[in-house]
Amino acid sequence: MTAQPAYNFAYLDEQTKRMIRRAILKAIAIPGYQVPFASREMPMPYGWGTGGIQVTAAVLGPDDVLKVIDQGADDTTNAVSIRAFFVKTANVATTTRTTQATIIQTRHRIPETPLTASQILVYQVPIPEPLRFLEPRETETRRMHALADYGLMHVKLYEDISRHGHVATTYAYPVKVDGRYVTDPSPTPKFDNPKMSDCAALQLFGAGREKRIYAIPPHTKVVSLDFEDHPFERTRFDAPCGLCGATGIYLDEVVMDDAGTRLHVCSDTDHCMTRREAGFTGSEGAVAP
Amino acid sequence: MTPIHQPLLSARTLTHLYGHRVGCIDVDLDLYEGEVLAVVGESGSGKSTQLSLLSAQMEPTSGAVAYRMTDGVTRDLVALSQAERRFLMRTDWGFVHQDARDGLHMGVSAGGNVGERLMAVGWRHYGDIRAKASDWLGRVEIDESRIDDFPTQFSGGMRQRLQIAKTLVTQPRLVFMDEPTGGLDVSVQARLLDLLRGLVTDLGLAAVVVTHDLAVARLLSSRMMVMRGGRVIEHGLTDQLLDDPREPYTQLLVSSILQA
Ligand SMILES: [Zn+2]
Repeated sequence: MTAQPAYNFAYLDEQTKRMIRRAILKAIAIPGYQVPFASREMPMPYGWGTGGIQVTAAVLGPDDVLKVIDQGADDTTNAVSIRAFFVKTANVATTTRTTQATIIQTRHRIPETPLTASQILVYQVPIPEPLRFLEPRETETRRMHALADYGLMHVKLYEDISRHGHVATTYAYPVKVDGRYVTDPSPTPKFDNPKMSDCAALQLFGAGREKRIYAIPPHTKVVSLDFEDHPFERTRFDAPCGLCGATGIYLDEVVMDDAGTRLHVCSDTDHCMTRREAGFTGSEGAVAP
Repeated sequence: MTPIHQPLLSARTLTHLYGHRVGCIDVDLDLYEGEVLAVVGESGSGKSTQLSLLSAQMEPTSGAVAYRMTDGVTRDLVALSQAERRFLMRTDWGFVHQDARDGLHMGVSAGGNVGERLMAVGWRHYGDIRAKASDWLGRVEIDESRIDDFPTQFSGGMRQRLQIAKTLVTQPRLVFMDEPTGGLDVSVQARLLDLLRGLVTDLGLAAVVVTHDLAVARLLSSRMMVMRGGRVIEHGLTDQLLDDPREPYTQLLVSSILQA
């Protein structure tokens, strides 16, 4: 811990970390329940995931190996900055490899590689309240959670179906955690919702601006809300990844050249790279670096 | 004595003070299943306070309100947990507000508004919810083709009918109405009253209707209560009371409407 004496380890002072850890412990004890915490100013704007950063700072130890992803990529500006922040303030090892990481901070995606009991997944959450869009009053949403009065959530799904013929919500698709609290996995794509259920890793959610922390403990049942005659469906992609040929994973569409040629590739860049290193190729396989 | 002969809702010495100002004082009432009670008075008479107390939206300063739950057990409203009270509001009770915007989600379609109470009590089949919503739109004379339209696209009278459909869809036994025709054009009022009267009769609803309008009381209620200065000054069968008012104040109210 001698790397940067100007900072306390992982930036936050120990008292703040204890406060955040207490909130995390409470969140783990009540799966899916939003625990208020005294969010601190961080040396970056809220949109950069200050809630997730504070949670990571509170659980990070010197021996941890940190991975940070934005969408599924480790190399975006946001992911690079957060990784650099923890290298500077905690001098921890970092990795892009899902299997080597002990803490993974994410802005959207859950890695394709199944997580293990020795890992923690930290989500950066912009809007933690799933009821917010229909009920702006905080006092009322709290009461609705307390009474498990969740009719409004299905009203949202009903509206989607009546307007689009199906549930059009593809991100931040609401879930019920451990049969009790309706929770917003925002802004994770609904493709990843099934991975939240019975996950071996601890999942922690931090919302900086809204000052909330919530958690899904390992092996907790997480159910995506739906109707009997319109069951939850995971987003399906028709084509395999153009680079590694993977199927059944989440794909991004990328523009390849000035002519506007489009290609579908793994959103999880580590997953794609690992496969290509193992010799898998897609239709554009020759472009592997 | 079978439960049906016990009142559905009853109040004893119901009193509410706002500091030193009187809300209502010493109100006693019994409301039986299928019975409509009109509470009539001018603004400041205590009728709105009484409605808030009876519907458990406010706690009385003294006195009590009891309700016979669906399991037949009569309970003191103050003793109900918040969850029980909310469940009552969602299922066995309905509330029709004077301003439909207070009872509707303006950003949710007509079908979604009517379906909300069904979803709140656990309906999870989209097709069933939609069919039920469609049926109820028809019952309140809103064309079923408007099911995906928003209340903002509806006229005042249609909004009020939508609010009524939304309230009645779970077949509550008791409905509270606060000036249900207030703020509407006279011709629209007449149609709405007619519709309400039909629904109340068909469904065998019990209702407490608060109004300043004796015409509403005459059309909807079997019994009425006249309030002034927070007290009930006269109480009886609506027809008798309107034909032969005892209290000078009631006589004044009745004569003013007859002259109008
Ligand atoms: Zn790939």
